[in-house]
This record gives sequence, C-alpha cells and structure tokens, in this order.
Amino acid sequence: MALLEIRDIHTYYGAIHALRGVTMSVEEGEIVTLIGSNGAGKSTTLRTISGLLRPRQGEIHLRGKRIDGLRPHEIVELGVCQSPEGRRVFARMTVHENLEMGAFSRREKVPTADYDRVYDLFPRLRERTAQRAGTLSGGEQQMLAIGRALMSAPKVLLLDEPSMGLAPILVEQIFTIIKTINESGTTVLLVEQNALMALGIANRGYILQSGEIVLTDTAAVLAGNEAVQRAYLGGD
Amino acid sequence: MEQILQTIIIGLSNGLIFALVALGYTLVYGIIELINFAHGDLFMLGSFIAFVLISSVFVITADTPLTLMVAQIALIIAITMIATAAINLSIERVAYKPLRNAPKLAPLISAIGMSFVLQNIALLIFGPANKSVNAILPSVNILSAVGITGVTISAEQVFVAIVTIPLLIALTWFVNKTRQGRAMRATAQDPDTAGLMGVNVDRTIAITFLIGGALAGAAGVVQILYNNTSVWNLGFRFGLNAFTSAVLGGIGNLQGAVLGALVLGLINAFSDRYLAANWTNAIVFAVLIGILVFKPTGLLGQQLADRA
Repeated sequence: MALLEIRDIHTYYGAIHALRGVTMSVEEGEIVTLIGSNGAGKSTTLRTISGLLRPRQGEIHLRGKRIDGLRPHEIVELGVCQSPEGRRVFARMTVHENLEMGAFSRREKVPTADYDRVYDLFPRLRERTAQRAGTLSGGEQQMLAIGRALMSAPKVLLLDEPSMGLAPILVEQIFTIIKTINESGTTVLLVEQNALMALGIANRGYILQSGEIVLTDTAAVLAGNEAVQRAYLGGD
Repeated sequence: MEQILQTIIIGLSNGLIFALVALGYTLVYGIIELINFAHGDLFMLGSFIAFVLISSVFVITADTPLTLMVAQIALIIAITMIATAAINLSIERVAYKPLRNAPKLAPLISAIGMSFVLQNIALLIFGPANKSVNAILPSVNILSAVGITGVTISAEQVFVAIVTIPLLIALTWFVNKTRQGRAMRATAQDPDTAGLMGVNVDRTIAITFLIGGALAGAAGVVQILYNNTSVWNLGFRFGLNAFTSAVLGGIGNLQGAVLGALVLGLINAFSDRYLAANWTNAIVFAVLIGILVFKPTGLLGQQLADRA
C-alpha cells in the first residue's frame, strides 16, 4: 500500500477547474517530484493534500486512511506536513519560535534532540535562533521553512518550490539537504519548477500540465525524455 | 498643578476602561482583519447585565458590608464576563464565520448590522433613558488617608485599577506564554500557514472572540460602578474612544492598544476639564482622522505590514 495515494482529484478555485483528475502515489521512503510550469497546478495539488483546498471529486489516502475532507490541522497531526510556497515563515517570531510552531501538532513535550537535528542540518539557523524570522535572508528563510516542517516529525514532507528565488549555490545546498532528510527516513513529495535539480535527487517523477498528469516514470527516464527536456530542462 | 494632577488621575482611570474595550477591537482585527463594529455595543450590553445584577439580583447598596460587597462584585464580574464572552462567540458564529471567505467588506457590513441589533436589544429591554445604579463603592479619598490633600484618588478609581490591571497582565501572559496564545499569534500572522503547522484556525478565532468578549464584559461592570449609569447608545461613544485607542497604538498591537487607551483617556479628561465636554467627541474624531492620515500604523506600529 502506498504511503500517500491521490486518486483522481478535481479541485476548483471558484469556477476555475484547477486540477482535472490528478492521480499519483508516493511510496514509503521515496522522493517523488511533481514537475510542471507556472500555473500547472503544482501548488494546488499540495494545498489540496494539506486540506487548505477541498477537492470536489476524488480521494486522498494516507496509509489507506482517507484524509481528503479533513481540516489542515488534522492532516498535520496524521503526519503530512508542508513547507509552503514562498516560505511563509512567521516573520514576527524568532527562528526558534518558528521551529516551536512547527512542532505545534505534537502534543507531547518536544525533545531538544529534535531541535538539534534541525540546527545540525542548517547550522546557519543555530547562529540565528533569537533573530526574528522576517529579518533572515531568502535562503535562511527557506531553511527555516523546511526545518519548521520537519519539527512536526512528518511521515511525508511536502516541499513547495524550495529553490524559488535562491542563488544557484544555495539551491544546490538545499537539494543536498533534502536528500539527507530523505536518507534519514522521511518520505518527500517535492514540487519544483527546477526540473533538472528535482529529477537529480528524486526516485520518480510526475509531469503536471494544465491540471493533469501527462507523464510519469522514474526520475532517470524522465530526465532522458526528449519532450521533458524540451519543455522543462531547457534543452533543445 | 493640583488640578492637572487630578485631571491626569481621571484620564488614566478612563483610559484603563478604554483599554479593556480597545483590546477587543485589536485582538479581533489582528486575527481576522475585521473591525468589529459591534464590540462597543457588546461592552454596553455588559454594563446593562451588570446593572441588572447589581440592582435586581444581588441588590447591592452602599450599606452592604464590605466583604460581602467585594464577593458579590467579584461574582458579578465573573457572570458578566461569561455572558458577554458567550454573546461574542455567538456573534462570530452567526455574523462573521459564514463570511470568512467573502470579500472583506461583507463581514464589515455584517458587523455594523450586529451593532444595530445589539443597540436595539438594549433599547427594547431598557428603554431610551439612562439607567442608573446608586453609588455603592465607599466615597473615600485614598490619598487623604496618607496625608496628601488637594488631589483625590477615589475608591472607584482604585477599583478600576484593581480590576483592569490584572486582566491586562493576564492577557499578556496568555498571548505570550501559552500554547493557545502561540496559536493566536501564528494565526494573526498567517492563518493558512498556522493551519499547516497544526493550529485549529477556526477554534483559535473563536477563542479570540471569547477573550475579547470577556474583556468587554469586565469593562462594562467597571464602567457602571465607576460612572453609575448606562444607556443604549453608550457603546457608540465608548466604542469610538476604544477603536481610536486601538488605531492610535497601532491596530493589531496589544501593548499599543493599552498605550493608545491611556493617551485617549488623558485627551478625554483634559478636553472635558479645560475645553468643554461637548467638544470631546469632536476631538477624539480629529485624533482618529489625524492618525489615519499621518501615521496609519499608529504609535507602536501596526503588526500586519510584515505579513509574508
């Protein structure tokens, strides 16, 4: 049974039919990437999984338990946490308070080891624990957004465009860290416009176009696919 | 000099009552960006609930023994706070929650409608005339007991401080130190992301209305014991002051609301004393317009501009 399974979901923004029957699955331990151009419906897919949007049709299952129709906070408690597009850190809270918010869904006392794990992944954040998140650089905010999501100890980590707006060297760093997070046991669903980087670390990929999955295969095959190269990898 | 000191004391007492009401405006604005126009009227209802409890239920008079009176007043404050909290929660359910995803103007108009509803409920039950209770707090000057003359601090003014200051401290503690307080701060900054972190956003908004309502109830009790009178449109004048306080301090900012309220209390007192009482509302409006034109983020800064 897949860890996360999305079956034929249709999501609307008002009258706009944004997702037109998206079906995909994520197996335990994988990195799966969802690739598509601007406006294809990538973020909409993640927002639907997280419960910020309700699909009008279709089902979403987490280890066989149906989660579509649940509210965002209930979905986090079941182990699906998202680092949203545009980072969305709590600007007026400190770095450490942001991480505390990440652990909000865990009712037990959060061990310091969990904070240390995030600070070890992102040493830059450790230097800035007491600094307000709004004053961090874009790259640091992205690290904080990922670290914050990790604090919920998710089974599936949803990452929405973690490379957006970052310098190439930082992008590389972030992707290396995503790989590390995955190797330590967290399943990742990665939404990216930077298809080359995403396919570089993913096991499998889905190509989303105008709200529909048009292609799916292993990352290696997709990276070699001519149409994919033309459309998303800047090849010719 | 003594006159100025006296005016300051009156101003600060007024300001503390404004602060309790201003916090209700600022809490709700901070969390859902709604100016809850019905909030002043909720405060008015609170003062009428206290009026009924004082004059008909507990029948407190100036002759009631002091310990009994203290216990009864504490009970009245508790009952009124619970009642106004429950009313505010119902208002949220009925008038605002269904409009959560509607354009911003819709809940605003709903709030104005709610304001009329509350005023007319008061008008229906209590009629158009002022309702008064006898002054029940002992009329003593605290300062004369320690040998200071010329300036007075009355028992009423001490009472205002005893009720309001602990509530202000308790609210600060709640918002900054508790789990639910963290949920409120996160929701105020970014409701969607707060939800993604596991915050139950609907519940957090409801709790915000509960707290705002409870503070308005406490303010209502304090006001009727301080001024000994209430009237159906009291919420308008108080609401204007409290709302201006919140804007003056920077709407959405809790400390700002308290600071703004103290400043507004002083402006009221000085205007009443040295200008003319019937000019005071005009001055408060002028202050409001002045802030909105020249410093819309208020004294301590609006806490929304940095939303990501």
